[in-house]
Amino acid sequence: MNAIYILWLRQLKRYFRAKARIIGSLGQPLLFLIALGFGFGPIYQKAGQGNYLDFITPGIIAMSILFTSVFFGIEIIWDKQFGFLKETLVAPVSRFNIMLGRTLGGATVSTLQGVIVLVLSTIFGFRFHNLAMLPVALLFMFLIALVFTGLGTAIGSKLDDMQGFQLIMNFLIMPLFFLSGALFPLSGLPKALVIVASIDPLSYGIDGIRGALVGASHFNMFVDFGVLGILTVILLALGAYFFSKVQI
Amino acid sequence: MDNNIIQVKNLTKKFKEFIAVNNVSFEVKKNEIFAFLGPNGAGKTTTIKMLTTLLDPTSGEIFLNGFDALKEKNEARKSFGIVFQDPSLDDELTAFENMQFHAVLYNVKTNSLRQKIIELLDFVELQDRKDALVKTFSGGMKRRLEIARGLLHHPKILFLDEPTLGLDPQTRNKIWDYIKNLNKTEGITVFFTTHYMEEAENIAQRVAIIDHGKIVAKETPEQLKKLTKSTSLEKAFLALTGKKIRDEEVTGQDIMRNHRRMWRHR
Repeated sequence: MNAIYILWLRQLKRYFRAKARIIGSLGQPLLFLIALGFGFGPIYQKAGQGNYLDFITPGIIAMSILFTSVFFGIEIIWDKQFGFLKETLVAPVSRFNIMLGRTLGGATVSTLQGVIVLVLSTIFGFRFHNLAMLPVALLFMFLIALVFTGLGTAIGSKLDDMQGFQLIMNFLIMPLFFLSGALFPLSGLPKALVIVASIDPLSYGIDGIRGALVGASHFNMFVDFGVLGILTVILLALGAYFFSKVQI
Repeated sequence: MDNNIIQVKNLTKKFKEFIAVNNVSFEVKKNEIFAFLGPNGAGKTTTIKMLTTLLDPTSGEIFLNGFDALKEKNEARKSFGIVFQDPSLDDELTAFENMQFHAVLYNVKTNSLRQKIIELLDFVELQDRKDALVKTFSGGMKRRLEIARGLLHHPKILFLDEPTLGLDPQTRNKIWDYIKNLNKTEGITVFFTTHYMEEAENIAQRVAIIDHGKIVAKETPEQLKKLTKSTSLEKAFLALTGKKIRDEEVTGQDIMRNHRRMWRHR
């Protein structure tokens, strides 16, 4: 128990100490928010869909959580060779607890990152539909963070060097984001795209946040919760399994 | 048997077709300083990884402090401290925090943990830097901190994988002073690898030489010199392992190590 706590605490301490990194990682979501939010806003409005900034904000929040979580998991490659992870692997602590502490820490940090994006989006004009639903939105954000930290952990445990990183970014993470309905509504799309979007786990996370913050969801928020809940268990189990097989 | 704190029997590790460690057996006595030597790629690091539970052997047995390192992993882990070749400190934490986290991971129960940590930091002369972030430390300071950390849970055995690699003579001497001191006053068994033969000759009571995954000699440095009619351990080492340069294939690990050198100045 203590080991899980200390590994979680470690991630938080690292996060708050690297202020430059926090600011740096906010650049991309802000750019998306401003360029797309204001750029496509008028067209979106003309099409009768309402406020695009409100629509896109949950997508951008999910994007920053996705990138932070996956990257965090993949950091294992580095951490096991040159970082503190090796110290934990020779300690009398089970692999499962190490993985759990590390993952919970990473997911907390990713969620915080999402919260910062949410706060910033209000400066640009994002309006809450119902503030009482904020805890539900936070729950969805944390679930997204857990799913993708789990995925990143599984990938990071399997790889031996950073060579495959670009491949994963371009063929897994980017598609997960762009095909998720983060940037466009899922209704009225070509059939193939709808199918792809409904396989993409991120779609449900974004839909859940959108349902909570904006009051409009494509699937159903209970469906979103169910899918993400099951995926969280599956991916954490997968991450734990691959992590237990890590040999240095 | 009871006098042997490390006992290795028929240890073998295969990576696909390549046999990295081939049916190796040796033992280290309590309170001994033991050097494990060999050319690049001979199987040193693979062996140390298996001894420290980081890597599962293909076959064979390992006993540390009487515990089966394959079955009673956590008991075996509590019995040793380790200083890795690559640092395993958290750069974004302070020296003190690194020690504190270690204490939690090893479940060290003392009323005066703070006192104990400060004593150990004092021992490696890092007391005044205890609240500095580790990323501001030089390579030698990191190595010293790792030694202090490795001692926090009162291990019976200290593993050191090339502890003096890349350090200046002053720091190297200092590190060996600490280690000899520990061995004498606390009775800690020391198991180390190095490429500096004069270090092994001066410090180790017994050495084992591994080559092509097999142990080719297990003697005191004196006996080895006598056996090979050499004047130094380095000459004895060359007599036993030959003069051919070992070209190791580059692994993902080496590539990352190079990147690390490029990005971080030590």
